[in-house]
Amino acid sequence: MVKDFSSEHPVGNVSSSQYKSEVRNLSFYYGSFSALKNINMMLHEKKVTALIGPSGCGKSTFLRCFNRMHDLYPGNRYMGDIILHPDNVNILSRSVDPIEVRMRISMVFQKPNPFPKSIYENVAYGLRVRGVRRRAILDEKVEDALRGAALWDEVKDRLHQLAYNLSGGQQQRLCIARALATNPEILLFDEPTSALDPIATASIEELIADLKDKVTILIVTHNMQQAARVSDYTAYMYLGEVIEFGVTDTIFIKPKNKQTEDYITGRFG
Amino acid sequence: MTARRSDNTPDSSALGYNYRRHLSERFIEAVLFLTAFVSVAITLAIVVMLVTESLSFFKHVSLWEFLTDTQWTPLFDNAHYGILPLVSGTVVSSAVALLVAIPMGTITAIYLSEFAPFTVREMAKPFLELLGGVPTVVYGYFALLFVTPLLQKIFPELPGFSLLSAGLVMGIMIIPYVSSMAEDAMRAVPMHLREGSYAMGATRFQTAVRVVMPGAFSGIAAAYILGISRAVGETMVVAIAAGMQPNLTWNPMEPAATITAYIVQVSLGDLPHGSIGYQTIFAAGLTLLLITLVFNIIGHLLRKRFREVY
Repeated sequence: MVKDFSSEHPVGNVSSSQYKSEVRNLSFYYGSFSALKNINMMLHEKKVTALIGPSGCGKSTFLRCFNRMHDLYPGNRYMGDIILHPDNVNILSRSVDPIEVRMRISMVFQKPNPFPKSIYENVAYGLRVRGVRRRAILDEKVEDALRGAALWDEVKDRLHQLAYNLSGGQQQRLCIARALATNPEILLFDEPTSALDPIATASIEELIADLKDKVTILIVTHNMQQAARVSDYTAYMYLGEVIEFGVTDTIFIKPKNKQTEDYITGRFG
Repeated sequence: MTARRSDNTPDSSALGYNYRRHLSERFIEAVLFLTAFVSVAITLAIVVMLVTESLSFFKHVSLWEFLTDTQWTPLFDNAHYGILPLVSGTVVSSAVALLVAIPMGTITAIYLSEFAPFTVREMAKPFLELLGGVPTVVYGYFALLFVTPLLQKIFPELPGFSLLSAGLVMGIMIIPYVSSMAEDAMRAVPMHLREGSYAMGATRFQTAVRVVMPGAFSGIAAAYILGISRAVGETMVVAIAAGMQPNLTWNPMEPAATITAYIVQVSLGDLPHGSIGYQTIFAAGLTLLLITLVFNIIGHLLRKRFREVY
């Protein structure tokens, strides 16, 4: 059952958008367990793509292929390609250094995970790792990133305090600022609001909507309303396969696949 | 049925059970309390003994003389009671030991926690623990008969007993304490912090130094404090390899006595109880206790100040 969504041309103004990334025949194995099965889809440039599906369907596993997070643990194996445009590099290739991939593709995690450092140093982390030392550059980029994450006004007077003093929602926006500071090409979100209260969730969603002008976003969410609110494209996954992929409105209003419809209407999952 | 009856109409057997349960509970509480109490009581008893014996020492020797005199010759005819030579010996030998143990222990901990593959870690840890299990007297002779001759090849003027040799070996001895505590602290840093760092494009080493170590700071500080306390309190190695002559010096190339070496030397001798020479070991012991107390307090404050909140 091979589904190829790459030939699908969505309707409306989105058809002019370019692809930032193409996933071709991607399979992934944890040891001998096949977690992703022959996935084909693409990420549209400067759009939000949501991955939805029941627990254990492989959404996070798929997301974490994009920055080669699986390389950190032994026994994991990728098959197939994830092509990153515009330079057509296959980021899953053995000859590509995962650190180089992570320099281009940032990630925001499920649980806010600021480092045990000051707010400023958290945001500057990616720049320092890349060898940026000039204070003026760091100051400027940190401010830009914090403004980009809608956090600047709240923290500008206490940049040198420990990041753990922030609230959960602020910590997650700090993690977004940290990810933005290095001007990534793709921003990955792994259920970014599942540990947050409704108000903090709303502010993160608003932020994601603002960010898509600047960066291509891939977001995993278990919350279908969230996918409907923030995303332009949605992929429904089940048991390691992408069952349906398309424009979010189409997926939510008239899905082609019975399984997708059952999940979206709450009959399943 | 039976359960319900014993609930509603407490008969004699249920009462008996309640009574027995109550008794055994009280008994266990008492045992737990006594166990905790004994360690506190013994600590208090040691402090009281040290202080009372020291008080009679300070009736003969002024505190001023004790702290400022530059000679420690309590057993000579012309007796001097200045603790400084013993303190300098302790400080110099501990400093040498820590110069070895802290960098080596930290590097070992970083390697084992962040770099070593599972099998290497599982094989290396028992060896490290073995290093900690070697009797200190063996280390003492190792320093005297192996390390000192080796050092004399590099520094021909090095005497047969020296703080340098004793300190180096003491440092090797302390590595496992520092590394195993520091490693535990680093491994307790949650994986999602490491993932966050890797996701920013950091290398393993950058992650270890910039995220894991700050995250484990209080545990690593505690490991260092433990190492300092071990170095200050270590007896056999310095008694054997550093010589036992009190010597006010800051030069590790010289022989000297530490507080602990002096105590072991005098308490093994045949000084009459109650004599001033006998009481000096309590005054020296009290000084040692105060030094380690200061480090423990610093360690406690560091832990409170930099408590991990993930």
